[in-house]
Amino acid sequence: MILLINVCKEKLHYFEFVKPVEEIIGKDFFVKHYSKVDESDLRKADKVIICGTSLKDNQFVKDLKKFEWIRNYRKPILGICAGMQVISLIYGAKLKKETEIGFYKEKFAYEFLGMSSEKEVYHLHNNYATIPKDFESFTKSKIPQAIKHKTREIYGVLFHPEVRNELMIKNFVHIP
Amino acid sequence: MRLGVLFSGGKDSTYAAYLAKKIGYEVSCLISVHSENEESYMFHTPSIKKTEEQAKLIGIPIIVWESEGKKEEELKDLEKAIILAIKEHKIEGVVTGAIQSVYQSVRIQKICNKLGIECFNPLWQKNENEYLEELIKNKFRVIITGVLAYPFDKSWLGREIDEKFIEEIKELHRKYKISVIGEGGEFETLVVNCPLFKKGLKISSFKDFGHDNSWRREIK
Repeated sequence: MILLINVCKEKLHYFEFVKPVEEIIGKDFFVKHYSKVDESDLRKADKVIICGTSLKDNQFVKDLKKFEWIRNYRKPILGICAGMQVISLIYGAKLKKETEIGFYKEKFAYEFLGMSSEKEVYHLHNNYATIPKDFESFTKSKIPQAIKHKTREIYGVLFHPEVRNELMIKNFVHIP
Repeated sequence: MRLGVLFSGGKDSTYAAYLAKKIGYEVSCLISVHSENEESYMFHTPSIKKTEEQAKLIGIPIIVWESEGKKEEELKDLEKAIILAIKEHKIEGVVTGAIQSVYQSVRIQKICNKLGIECFNPLWQKNENEYLEELIKNKFRVIITGVLAYPFDKSWLGREIDEKFIEEIKELHRKYKISVIGEGGEFETLVVNCPLFKKGLKISSFKDFGHDNSWRREIK
């Protein structure tokens, strides 16, 4: 069972940032807004995906304490865009400004959830997070685009794999 | 939150407006850019003049911006129309009917980001077959006003999106890779009735223009 965490402040953004991920996963998932995630949800889930949100929405940064559970969680987590920023901030990274909107080519230095060599990815962000301690960067980009915890199954991508890179999400879902 | 919907009168922008309202947002105005260029990259064109009548049926104001339809000039016109909507209708966000088109969506995201307003794309990446079924289930009456790909011909103009249409368009998808929702610009639509309208759109007459696999219907 996969827990999909909705990060959006605006209800209408669910259709744009959560629903497309639901479509890719297909079955065996449940959705919760970050403000409502409790211990029983985290226990019930085998994996967690923290979805993205709109360019203007930074409410989640103000509510960071709602994500404290990430620090001690031992099951696989994938953070998409805002989700990656949340994971990084919890692990002590800093937010910086960099706007990228649209398709960009990113070079993967190492294989990352099936992504390798040069891939076209969809960006929609005004901010990014620096690489947190205990994490490694997987791309040769000027800002961190794909990171993973050195020992745990915690992944973060700044781009939106639900747009044209669906396989990456499927690969995360199928991690044993 | 007060929203303005980028509105062409076709199924996508009308359904996006419907979803926004259904979720509880205040749809304060429609914004429509009329392009003089029939091959506009950004804005759908057949029967676009009907948008003003559709706005009346919905009961909300519409901003109509005339554009010559030169490729990047259209975007400046769209930005001016959105600025006017912010001023006149105090909108705090824009809704679009973008589904797969990154070309459209990226440009609108950039304009909204520059103007400091929210951007909503409630149909983004939507499953195409489910979308067609949803339109019918939610009582959207949608007709074809333009075709622009093989093997479409004049006989498709005016056809309604119903179960028979869905069956045939799925067959065209299997044979010719036609997008069942016309996402590749294979066909254009006009909403003639839906739950947002007080009553159906009146069609008094129409004229068809075109040749071979490229036809459009101008409705009066």
